[in-house]
Amino acid sequence: MDITTHNTTDAPPPTPQPTEAERKPAARGATRAGDRIFLGLSRGSGILLLVIMAAIAVFLTYRATLAISKDHGNFLTTLEWNTGVQPPSFGIAVLAYGTVISSIIAMVLAVPIAVAIALFLTHYAPRRLRGPIAYVIDLLAAVPSIVYGLWGALVLVPHLNGLFGWLNDYLGWTGIFSWEETAPRSMLTVGILLAIMILPVITNVSREVFRQVPQMHEEAALALGATRWEVIRMAVLPFGRSGVISASMLGLGRALGETMAVATVLSPDFLIHASLLNTGGGTFAQNIASKFGEANEFGRDALIASGLVLFVITLLVNGAARMIIARRAEYSGANA
Amino acid sequence: MSNAAIVDKRPSALRGASMPKWSPWAIAAGSVAVAIGISLVAGFDSKIQWGLLSGLIFLIATYGIAARVEGRRQAKDRIATGLVWVAFLVALIPLLSLVWTTVSRGVKVLDIYFLTHSMGIVADAQPGGGVYHAIIGSLEQVGLATIIAAPIGILTAVYLVEYGGRGRLARAVTFFVDVMTGVPSIVAGLFILSLMLIFEMEPFGFAGSLALAILMMPVVVRSTEEMLKLVPNELREASLALGVPKWRTILKVVLPTSIGGITTGVMLAIARIAGETAPVLLLVFGNRFINNNPFEGAQQSLPLYIYQQYSQSAGENTAYDRAWAASLTLIAFVMILNLVARGIARWKAPKSGR
Repeated sequence: MDITTHNTTDAPPPTPQPTEAERKPAARGATRAGDRIFLGLSRGSGILLLVIMAAIAVFLTYRATLAISKDHGNFLTTLEWNTGVQPPSFGIAVLAYGTVISSIIAMVLAVPIAVAIALFLTHYAPRRLRGPIAYVIDLLAAVPSIVYGLWGALVLVPHLNGLFGWLNDYLGWTGIFSWEETAPRSMLTVGILLAIMILPVITNVSREVFRQVPQMHEEAALALGATRWEVIRMAVLPFGRSGVISASMLGLGRALGETMAVATVLSPDFLIHASLLNTGGGTFAQNIASKFGEANEFGRDALIASGLVLFVITLLVNGAARMIIARRAEYSGANA
Repeated sequence: MSNAAIVDKRPSALRGASMPKWSPWAIAAGSVAVAIGISLVAGFDSKIQWGLLSGLIFLIATYGIAARVEGRRQAKDRIATGLVWVAFLVALIPLLSLVWTTVSRGVKVLDIYFLTHSMGIVADAQPGGGVYHAIIGSLEQVGLATIIAAPIGILTAVYLVEYGGRGRLARAVTFFVDVMTGVPSIVAGLFILSLMLIFEMEPFGFAGSLALAILMMPVVVRSTEEMLKLVPNELREASLALGVPKWRTILKVVLPTSIGGITTGVMLAIARIAGETAPVLLLVFGNRFINNNPFEGAQQSLPLYIYQQYSQSAGENTAYDRAWAASLTLIAFVMILNLVARGIARWKAPKSGR
């Protein structure tokens, strides 16, 4: 939709204007004042949003430098988080590792299943069921993360003993899946829970993208004798690829920043474990939530420093996702 | 597939053989039976292994039979269909379990007493107590956040759609609104926390509202923007042609036309922030007692209540029961908001819209 075409009140065409201006000078003045105020208000709101984003970056950086300047360890590589002692020593290596690993697990599990569900909803499910199922998935995307966390800690964790034992029996030799029979509150657990949480998000966006595939493409493929799977592979997936990528990155952004679900499920420690099954590790957001209660002011600054790193990471991921979406904006439903 | 009806007709030279419509069900039943048989013989006792095995046998059998009867391309198609169905059913398990557990365990202690009492005189390990203080806190914090975020969000969307066009400011705002949508809730909390550290303030409810407002604004902007774009240009042009100033056109024509969608967007945004725990944990801190004043002293909120009942309970079932009941309350609140919002969207949908 082209918005710029009807800016007529701001810049009226010159020819018919003098007579009208002579007739109703007062009315025109009022118009301009009202317009100016309203434009000012709405533009001010937009600018305020930019200011907030800038302020987040500035204030987090300010508090973070206060903490990092007194850090006796290396902020990037130290494998401990001791802010209450003198001299303080803390680093984000464990948190960065845990955040990345748990998000990767979540993506590996969630993306294929989410794409499959999106295809199910657009191409496979009985027509009468599509609406209700999509509706339920919409609602599941709205379930608060703390509820997922409670469910994960009290229902999912006890059920994972079997899976962990099985992985240890058959894949334990790889090292990644070896298990010391500790409580299953490890990085893999976090990854599985995050996958369940971001599943509705990725499914919703992918479904929207698949629905926008031009009918003609699919019918053309069908007319050539393609099976349903061939239609999907030749017409639907190529069209939806960038949409699925950006949906996944939105899900990734959510997984990276998830706090409460991780904090309830994980038994944290400050070690990098080679095995995904052994208890321990931590993520940025989880560490902030768990350490906040006992932290003094300096400790809080240190947590803000780790939050700044998380902020930058999610900014990059989301920015990249938006770039991908913007590149295919001309195909999106908003402009159709 | 729709080939099934033709199966019992005389074979035609124009189409290949195809399997009857009931064949997937038959293969599924057969593979489950075989899987159970193998599991019993081999001594697998986990139901998950039974399920995995039957799924695997189903896919192999489908491919084998279909490839023999219909050809490889049809076999691949059937495999894809099978995989998509399996993925859907697998994903259903945790989601159904989540809903079922919350409802079945939540109703245990959820009653009028639970909704009208606080935790003031109840220790975490004791039965009794309730969420009244948390509901009050949640309503106040979310309400204040909405009062801040909704006008700013709607005005920003008006700027983007009605004034901004493709200008540099509008593009910057659009981009950063998108990026802001992805700001983790805990980062918004840390931002307000850094301000509170600078001004040496103690936790209070309104601080949480500010963080929630930051999380809410981009959601409101996005949804309002989409709704304003749906308003037909003819309406704007008709109003402008009558000599109505632009700001009155926006207030009297554009916004009323899209008010249903905007309300829906705001309510969905409320539903999103009502479940946020992390910023509330940092800024509002939690309180066992009723605190009606969001501008002074620690408050409670529903999501934070759930977290604290879980984390401070030391495995006590009474505390877990309260956590589940509070979860059910929170989910009910969010779901009702969602349903009402969608109802409004359907009821007020612009006639010429999608």
